[in-house]
Amino acid sequence: MTQASLGQSVVQKVVQKTTQAQQNNGVAANITHTQPLWLLAEVTYRCPLHCAFCYNPTDYDKHTQNEISTEDWIKVLRDARKLGALQLGISGGEPLLRDDIEDIVIEARKLGYYSNLITSGVGLTEKRIQAFKEGGLDHIQLSMHDITEEINNFITNTKTFELKKKVAAMIKGHGYPMVLNVVMHRYNIGHIKEILEMAEALGADYVELANTQYYGWSLVNRNQLMPTREQIDHAEAVTNEFRAKVGKKMQIFFVVPDYFAERPKKCMNGWGEVFMIVTAEGTVLPCHSARVLPGMTFPNVREHGLEWAWKDSPAFNKYRGDDWMKEPCRTCPEKENDLGGCRCQAMMLAGDPEAADPVCSLSPHHHIIEQALKDAQNPVLQAQPIIFRTDKNSKKIIAGELKERIEEFHAVP
Amino acid sequence: MENNIEHSDIYAIAHHHRFQWEEAQQSYVILFPEGMVKLHGGAGEVLKRLDGKATVGDIVAELKAAFPDADDIETDILGMFDLAVGKAWLRKL
Ligand code: SF4
Ligand code: SF4
Repeated sequence: MTQASLGQSVVQKVVQKTTQAQQNNGVAANITHTQPLWLLAEVTYRCPLHCAFCYNPTDYDKHTQNEISTEDWIKVLRDARKLGALQLGISGGEPLLRDDIEDIVIEARKLGYYSNLITSGVGLTEKRIQAFKEGGLDHIQLSMHDITEEINNFITNTKTFELKKKVAAMIKGHGYPMVLNVVMHRYNIGHIKEILEMAEALGADYVELANTQYYGWSLVNRNQLMPTREQIDHAEAVTNEFRAKVGKKMQIFFVVPDYFAERPKKCMNGWGEVFMIVTAEGTVLPCHSARVLPGMTFPNVREHGLEWAWKDSPAFNKYRGDDWMKEPCRTCPEKENDLGGCRCQAMMLAGDPEAADPVCSLSPHHHIIEQALKDAQNPVLQAQPIIFRTDKNSKKIIAGELKERIEEFHAVP
Repeated sequence: MENNIEHSDIYAIAHHHRFQWEEAQQSYVILFPEGMVKLHGGAGEVLKRLDGKATVGDIVAELKAAFPDADDIETDILGMFDLAVGKAWLRKL
């Protein structure tokens, strides 16, 4: 046995396709052997920040008064663990607005999860981080959220940057790696060098430069947020230079936005393959924005167990595997690479959840993406005001206002 | 081998990584930020012996004794260390 083949045999990525399709009375049904290895707990949609690029649903205001209880979350953790979940992300909204994150962390540790808190840092105190550490939280990801303000603050050295510095020091002080996530868009992509310098000044070990993906609020604000291809290329070049300079001490990931790619992303690594999301009000979803899909009823932990939700619910089986595909995906030699891309993007942009993701250059709807890139450079559209993620704007959208900003989409983002 | 594994070296699971037995997977796994790997039996046998004291040589000797019929187990074990160090799952003490 050679060294190389030993490596292959010793190590096996857990993420692999294991769905088997079966025919049942002419109705396609899937028996899944997948496990929800990743559990994302979107514990609240409340948030003190108002990011224009937030991917939360624009109608989130419906879900801020009926959050599930601590006991419900403990049960979710236990049941998902039984199904094989290993990685736990605690996210939101701002998860720290709940005062039971400590209990959730303790239970997660007891059950053997690897747990990750995804926070803007607002509300992180010495007392809380101490409790998280003692409770066994494994990892904290600090998001640079209201980034335009933060960058300005950084350059002028004022308030928010001071807060981030304090939080970053707290995170490091408790022996956590410092993981920084920065959402990139038109207003900050030109400051990429300053952003990376800021990350270095904060002592970041990992930096994720995530270009905005257009869902939720960011889709509504697409014309305001979308950078040009030149800006992205420039940002990538600056990032590479910086990488060469800092070396190993800071790892930098640059996530290219899918609108600028030839092929779509393999969304969530496949529908119902490895990810399970439980939302603030207990809805169980295969991906963040699945609620935009028409005619779907998603399970809720108040009514159903997670085992049923994952294995048997019609919603989780709907787009498992590739039986649902139509042309050009069905006979496409690349279909296993991307599984046709994102169902939500196909719905919102092309009006058909079973269509190829319009991002794909082979999609008959690809012109929509090309038009979107053009629109984002149209000064008239650019000049429309940003619709910030606020309770007030969410209420307006629920009431059917702000129509002119969402009518081009086939579902409310 | 790229990482020059010596018999006198002592390794531990890297910071921010966790090594544990997974009932649902029936295997050992290593968990880390944003990822995980499922380990085949042999790798689990090696990693579970990392107690902060045992050297690579100790582990080789122990596994040779435990699996006397296995062919050239030493090469496999050293290869396993090499790979795990290369992937930054292990750190040298
Ligand atoms: S993106 Fe901004 S507004 Fe949305 S949840 Fe995160 S911090 Fe809050
Ligand atoms: S046609 Fe469909 S399957 Fe083929 S690359 Fe495009 S999205 Fe993927």
